[in-house]
Amino acid sequence: MDKYITAYYLDEEDLLKGIGQMKAKGLKILDVLTPFPVHGIDKALNMRRSRLTRVAFVAGAIGAVLGFGFQAWIFTVDYPLNIGGKPFFAVPSFMPVAFELTVLFSAFAMVIAFFVSNKLGPGAKALIHDERATDDRFLVVVEVDDSLADENIKEIELALAEAGAEGITLKA
Amino acid sequence: MYTSPLREPLIRGNKNYKQVTDDILSPMAGKPSKYWYAGITLAGIALLFGAWATFRTVFYGIGEWGLNKTIGWGWGITNFVWWVGIGHAGTFISAILLLFRQKWRTSINRSAEAMTLIAVMCAGFFPLIHMGRLLLGFYIFPYPNTRALWVNFNSPLLWDVFAISTYFAVSLVFWYVGLIPDLGTVRDRATTKIRKAIYGFLSFGWTGSARHWSRHETVSLILAGLAAPLVLSVHTIVSFDFATSVIPGWHTTIFPPYFVSGAIFSGFAMVLTLMIVTRKALNLEEYITLNHIESMNKIIILTGSIVGVAYLTEFFIAWYSGVEFETYAFFNRAFGPYAWAYWIMMTCNVITPQLFWFRKIRRSVVLTFIISIFVNIGMWFERFVIVVTSLHRDFLPSSWTMYSPTMVEVGLYVGTLGLFFTLFLLFIRVFPVIAVAEVKGVLKSSGEKQKLTGHG
Repeated sequence: MDKYITAYYLDEEDLLKGIGQMKAKGLKILDVLTPFPVHGIDKALNMRRSRLTRVAFVAGAIGAVLGFGFQAWIFTVDYPLNIGGKPFFAVPSFMPVAFELTVLFSAFAMVIAFFVSNKLGPGAKALIHDERATDDRFLVVVEVDDSLADENIKEIELALAEAGAEGITLKA
Repeated sequence: MYTSPLREPLIRGNKNYKQVTDDILSPMAGKPSKYWYAGITLAGIALLFGAWATFRTVFYGIGEWGLNKTIGWGWGITNFVWWVGIGHAGTFISAILLLFRQKWRTSINRSAEAMTLIAVMCAGFFPLIHMGRLLLGFYIFPYPNTRALWVNFNSPLLWDVFAISTYFAVSLVFWYVGLIPDLGTVRDRATTKIRKAIYGFLSFGWTGSARHWSRHETVSLILAGLAAPLVLSVHTIVSFDFATSVIPGWHTTIFPPYFVSGAIFSGFAMVLTLMIVTRKALNLEEYITLNHIESMNKIIILTGSIVGVAYLTEFFIAWYSGVEFETYAFFNRAFGPYAWAYWIMMTCNVITPQLFWFRKIRRSVVLTFIISIFVNIGMWFERFVIVVTSLHRDFLPSSWTMYSPTMVEVGLYVGTLGLFFTLFLLFIRVFPVIAVAEVKGVLKSSGEKQKLTGHG
């Protein structure tokens, strides 16, 4: 993929309609950039449901087991300490720390997974097609095959215009 | 989607998306007003006072405080619990109201979360300084050491270490993940190279891709789901610091729910105090409307009433239990030498918020501001009453004593107020105070224009 066309809408409902028309014409939409999450886009672009929830669950489970296990190991195996005659294996009093570690592991693992899967992070470079895509423009990026002749590209641009998109530009 | 025509718009003034961006982000680009400079100067002076008090405490030790053999916990712990409680409103707004799909939260969640982070920093300062030797602060974490000792996992103070540090870390991540799209907007609007570079770095390469947004929403929802029980657990554990002891007045099972609602109560009061000033100073009255203030006031009535019921229940149970010491502890609170503190607490927390039953008062900015200050004061006194009155009549009458803070303790408290306002004033200069993308997301369904045209 070397070439692509960007075009924008000024309203998210026009965008959703436009995406439907583009798909009907067989255009390949690479990405849609919006200033805020537009509901219905995930369906229009056939996006998979995010698997981040699983990361959160698994990491949380690991945190719970580690948190509880660590305390239990310390107080029963490594260094049993008589604290006011309380039992060494004091399940209720291990709960708060186990709970906090569950939340901590779950939250951090999920956020790290979020950054990694999106390739976001400190210093990550953003490819900015249009500076107003984070303001009030809803940008569509359409793939253009390298092998396409100029007239085929014209066709795509025409199809975009018909779908109501503005500011249609070919970029390499 | 059907929206009730009777429901008033969340955002006033016929905004379109561009106006929303401009309104919220333009104060960041301009020069700060003279009120901002005045505010940060005052806060800076308070911070310096705190620095002096910190120096005295570290250099000469805890003896600089007014604590004694009987009263080992004074202002330090009072301030700690007060600050943690204030933090709770931010998480309540951003997590619990998100789960309940309360759209009005979008105008206030960003600054409320920032308030949470700053308040937790202020709170964490007190246990650390109370150790006396700040350098040995790391002793509270369980790490393999040459003494072959671990920390005491049966102690609520140790649970606090985990609760507060997890709370801070998760709140920070939650806040920052929500901030990233808006930082992208700031980057794309930046006019100077330096601003572009800084916000480009901070925005983590955000573009607004639909895939990113989809994951962003999942992450926000799950983080809210994690933060909601977390915030409840934090103040529950803070209350365990008292409830698991055997001191009459502390050893009560009502503490966890009572502390949590008190925390949300005081937190909302602080959010109102800050928001009423911020909306005026940054011209955000169309975003933080009277409806927002009214909604928060309703939460204040609810949580304030829960706190009031808890006070009365405590009293009733103290008498009904038939335990002489318990009865005495509560009788002494209301009529003993610290009765003045008790009645300040009762007036500010139980009586003043009830004024919000009147719609006129609920929707009055000035009265809300005044009452919010009352609640802040009342909730500080609640912690003071719990800590000091329970301790000052010890089991042995020979150790009965009184406690008053020294200038160093006052300095530490004023210092954290200075830190709080300094950081908050810096926050409103460098970050968007309102979640721009989230407001845009509710504009269609709840904005004024759409209401008029029947759109959406």
